[in-house]
Amino acid sequence: MSSVKLLEEGLFQLVKKTSVKLPDDVLTALRRAFETEESDLAKSQLEALLKDAELALKENLPICQDTGTPTFFVEIGENFPVRNLRPIFEEVIRKATQEIPLRPNAVNPFTGKNSGDNVGRFVPIIHYEIVPGDELTVKFMPKGGGSANTSRLYMISPGLGIRGVKEVVLRAVFEAGAKPCPPIIVGVGIGGAEDFAMVLAKKALFRRLDERNPDEKIAKLEEELFSALNSLGIGPMGVGGKITVLGVSIEWAHRHPASLPVGVCTMCWASRRGIAKFKRDGSYQILMP
Amino acid sequence: MAEYRLETPIPEEDARKLRVGDVVYLSGTIVTARDAAHRRVLEVLNKGEKLPIDLKGLAIYHCGPVIKKVGEEWQIFGGGPTTSTRMEIFEAEFIQKTGIRAVIGKGGMGDKTAEAMKRFGAFYATFPGGASALAIKAVRRVKEVFWLDLGIPEAMWVLEVENFGPLLVAIDSCGDNLHKKVSLKASEKLNSILKEI
Repeated sequence: MSSVKLLEEGLFQLVKKTSVKLPDDVLTALRRAFETEESDLAKSQLEALLKDAELALKENLPICQDTGTPTFFVEIGENFPVRNLRPIFEEVIRKATQEIPLRPNAVNPFTGKNSGDNVGRFVPIIHYEIVPGDELTVKFMPKGGGSANTSRLYMISPGLGIRGVKEVVLRAVFEAGAKPCPPIIVGVGIGGAEDFAMVLAKKALFRRLDERNPDEKIAKLEEELFSALNSLGIGPMGVGGKITVLGVSIEWAHRHPASLPVGVCTMCWASRRGIAKFKRDGSYQILMP
Repeated sequence: MAEYRLETPIPEEDARKLRVGDVVYLSGTIVTARDAAHRRVLEVLNKGEKLPIDLKGLAIYHCGPVIKKVGEEWQIFGGGPTTSTRMEIFEAEFIQKTGIRAVIGKGGMGDKTAEAMKRFGAFYATFPGGASALAIKAVRRVKEVFWLDLGIPEAMWVLEVENFGPLLVAIDSCGDNLHKKVSLKASEKLNSILKEI
């Protein structure tokens, strides 16, 4: 099989697996949430989510009908033979839309017309980065509209410091309420600039829920936000309860002296993420981190 | 908190007897409608024209399904609810002009919708968001589709369902609103946390 064919096959498997299988750490967190909640109402919501995840896997169906805006984070090893990858991604997304199937989610903002195949201007969304090594790593995150709509960028005064960061994260999750399908996962990007803070926030969602930021101070901030957010009491699907968030992950970059950008990326309970790693000969491995 | 099994068309007295926290299993016809379909329904009715389907007594479902034609038939592969809040700008007028008795979605709705439900005898119920594979267990058949030009997620899909639920009543015809209550409490909590951080 040619390396392009292998690449297409690997990417298709990545999209398929990610769309139907919930990562194991998310499942574990949902089960723990079910144990923690006390009210029948909150429990009933979590029970339905767990049943849905089980059913989707068993019957090879998308976990959620909102199969998301197809978004790829691509890390190209400096010694990996590069070609124009966009046509390959487009072809894979067309096939996945037809065969899995996925819901067509690419709409022209001016005409309102749906392209019908999840391919459109700049869609799938692809972020590229050149990294050391000779592998190609493709991270896929099909994120739904409900949780995209409650994501926020704040450009706060640097004078407010980390206290200001905490405040806007709390406000974002409070204002999101039931809308992004809680219990949610919160990705926070601190610093960078007005564009990069959001990229960092989204990338933070690739981190496993049982992993904290390697920097101890930041890990502590994640934990502090985690318990503060859960004390809001919004609960599963906003019916009230102890578990509003399943996790908080922070990534950061240096900032401009005048700016303190804070990106808050809210992710629904159906936090789908997958990674494919390709070797130079096209052989690949799919990981569900 | 009671459990009810309802059938469409839903009589007004059935809609009025429900209270926030009740659980409903619905059988009959539900029609999907999201942003674009809501807008078009109101445009059509405000021009004095007829809708392709009489919605009186039926339930609308805030949902953009995963659906594909297999042979001659439409087959559904996913159909959980979408965020209802987006339809808040249309819903009160929609209820008044179509005579629907139930709105199904997720994420809660606001005061204007609650007021219309009180006035015209309708309720808002939620299905757990994202539980897409679970939701379609209740779908017996995709009966028909209107306005496919809006795209698959936005078209009006007419679904025949059997015991669709558990649907949690979140706004009742007394105007009681579950999500609003939770949000008010969370707002008090937020203010006290902000003093501590």
